Amino acid sequence: MSGMKTATPPTTSGRGRWEARVLEPALAKAPERSGPFTTVSGRDVRRLYTADDVPGFDYETNLADPGRFPYTRGIHETGYRGKLWTMRQFAGFGTPEETNARYKELLEAGGTGLSVAFDLPTLMGRDPDHPLSLGEVGKCGVSISSLADMERLFDGISLADVTTSMTINSPASMIFAMYLVVAEKQGADWGRLSGTIQNDILKEFIAQKEYIYPPRPSMRLITDVFAFCADQVPRWNTISVSGYHIREAGATALQELAFTLRDGIEYVQWGIDAGLDVDRFVPRISFFFNAHNDFFEEIAKYRAARRIWSEVMRDRFGARDERSLKLRFHTQTAGVSLTAQQPYNNVVRTAIQALAAVLGGTQSLHTNSLDEALALPTKEAVTIALRTQQVIAYESGVTSSVDPLGGSYYVESLTRDMRDGAYGYFETIDRMGGMVAAIEHGYPQREVAESAYKFQQAVEKKDKVIVGVNDFVADREEPIPTLYIDESVAERQLARLDRVRRDRDGGRVGRALDQLRETAAGTGNTMEPLLECVRAYATVGEMCDALRDVWGEWEEEPVI
Amino acid sequence: MNKIRVIVAKPGLDGHDRGAKVIARALRDAGMEVIYTGLRQTPEQIVAAALQEDADVVGLSILSGAHMHVCPRVVELLRDKGLDHVLVVVGGIIPDVDIPKLRAAGVSGIFLPGSPMQEIIDFIKANAQPRLERV
Repeated sequence: MSGMKTATPPTTSGRGRWEARVLEPALAKAPERSGPFTTVSGRDVRRLYTADDVPGFDYETNLADPGRFPYTRGIHETGYRGKLWTMRQFAGFGTPEETNARYKELLEAGGTGLSVAFDLPTLMGRDPDHPLSLGEVGKCGVSISSLADMERLFDGISLADVTTSMTINSPASMIFAMYLVVAEKQGADWGRLSGTIQNDILKEFIAQKEYIYPPRPSMRLITDVFAFCADQVPRWNTISVSGYHIREAGATALQELAFTLRDGIEYVQWGIDAGLDVDRFVPRISFFFNAHNDFFEEIAKYRAARRIWSEVMRDRFGARDERSLKLRFHTQTAGVSLTAQQPYNNVVRTAIQALAAVLGGTQSLHTNSLDEALALPTKEAVTIALRTQQVIAYESGVTSSVDPLGGSYYVESLTRDMRDGAYGYFETIDRMGGMVAAIEHGYPQREVAESAYKFQQAVEKKDKVIVGVNDFVADREEPIPTLYIDESVAERQLARLDRVRRDRDGGRVGRALDQLRETAAGTGNTMEPLLECVRAYATVGEMCDALRDVWGEWEEEPVI
Repeated sequence: MNKIRVIVAKPGLDGHDRGAKVIARALRDAGMEVIYTGLRQTPEQIVAAALQEDADVVGLSILSGAHMHVCPRVVELLRDKGLDHVLVVVGGIIPDVDIPKLRAAGVSGIFLPGSPMQEIIDFIKANAQPRLERV
């Protein structure tokens, strides 16, 4: 411990003297590049960071040793020396059978967790035969309509032995109920199941826009899952509060951090308001961040996130359980940073981003594939992406020491600025009455759109260089092989849906859906009627429609 | 000077509207009149908006792979309404193999990821026929 304290920056610095005596003459001889020297988020970066940039830096309050409050240096005492991060590659396309085969390949290649990508009809709570599903079935993920699809998705995979992350939001509780019923049929004890549902509706309103119901009933579905899991699926991560999509939609690193953590605060507040004890459900809240190109800014973001969460849980909500204070997070490299031009360069971008996530202490990581600006990835591209993580884990040496950048003047200064900036956003949002109210006013949506436009302008002016796109452009490019999903997927899924509807007990389905409507109109927990709907082979579309009947749908005001 | 009127639409189920919103603003800043329809518009709704707004251009943003369903349908409905003069452009993730098919279906401009805003603006200015020029 005392050894680590030598990381504390000294309190005096000779920057002023150095600037006058050394820098000025050097600049006179050889001027700097014209810049601008800013992060990818547009934040100014100094030429040199010294102790002057972290005034009043105190090791115990700013950092503390790993595994100790406020967890800036990490939630684990031993960092990655104990356990490496989970290499979790998000995958899903076409039919459940095709995706099932990809999962088995990933597990054989040394992947250590599954991560399910659903197609747009599933994400929007529509069956494959709905008019809006035309042309979308199986395109961006796997098509799941009823328990029959879910059984095929996990065929031959023991749910008691894998951890599964499912990227599903508006219909999260329906899909989760399907997972639980598949586990039940496999004979797996719910108490032993481990995994995550994204279940984060606030970032849908802010960024990804895959919402169905208005914000308030949507929040109720989520607190119902909190309560249900606290009782029955205690090892399940009930929500993955996500900055990833907020960042992809154009937010800066600071906005990603601030809106995500403020979303987290909102969920905790709503859980408490629903009558839950803070330490009963907060330990199962996890986070999901982006890893963008700006290496140090990203590392600072993760470190600040851990510190802020522990402070807020302790001071704002009075959490006592250590697990409530420790922010655990998944990271995905930035899809938005990938270029369609010279796609092999994306391997390099992804490696840099992944390294930032690891140096920031991520618990799990998805690395994007080089072809993802063009299509869903091929098997070969996915393998390189996974190998990128393995090279970092086993060859780079960065996993041997905990928080190796701790004490860097630059990183500590950035971490502090991130924290202060996030608290500034919290104040603004608190004044608006919380995140749900802020969303209803369109505040975070406008902030993100504004940043997206500013970034695009910087690219157009070449203030920001994107290699292969606005500079270092190739005259001619050879196309690379890509995955093409054809319409046969839709045909097969439609045929299966017909069969499910013919074979099931229609009376039981109708009764289950009626019960769901009744519970939704009252105050009971929606998970129980949803489980019965799933067991009766009700479809995602039918379950979501039942709730649409009760709660209506959300439409946002289009603003540019 | 007659301003070019553009409908920017986001058809299909996908909600990733960063591109649609950025291009809508860029076209507006370039002096065009822009109407952004918002999310999840059907081809019928998009064409109805084009008719109602007397649009010169319909710009579609599609990332989800639904372009082969959506784009030809929009062109067909425009023709049915006698709006043959409306320029149809699409931006998004479009596999190479689909590009000739979309052109054959009547989509004039196809812009892939990384396309500079200026290129899109120039294309529209060069190819749209504002109302006063059509008689």
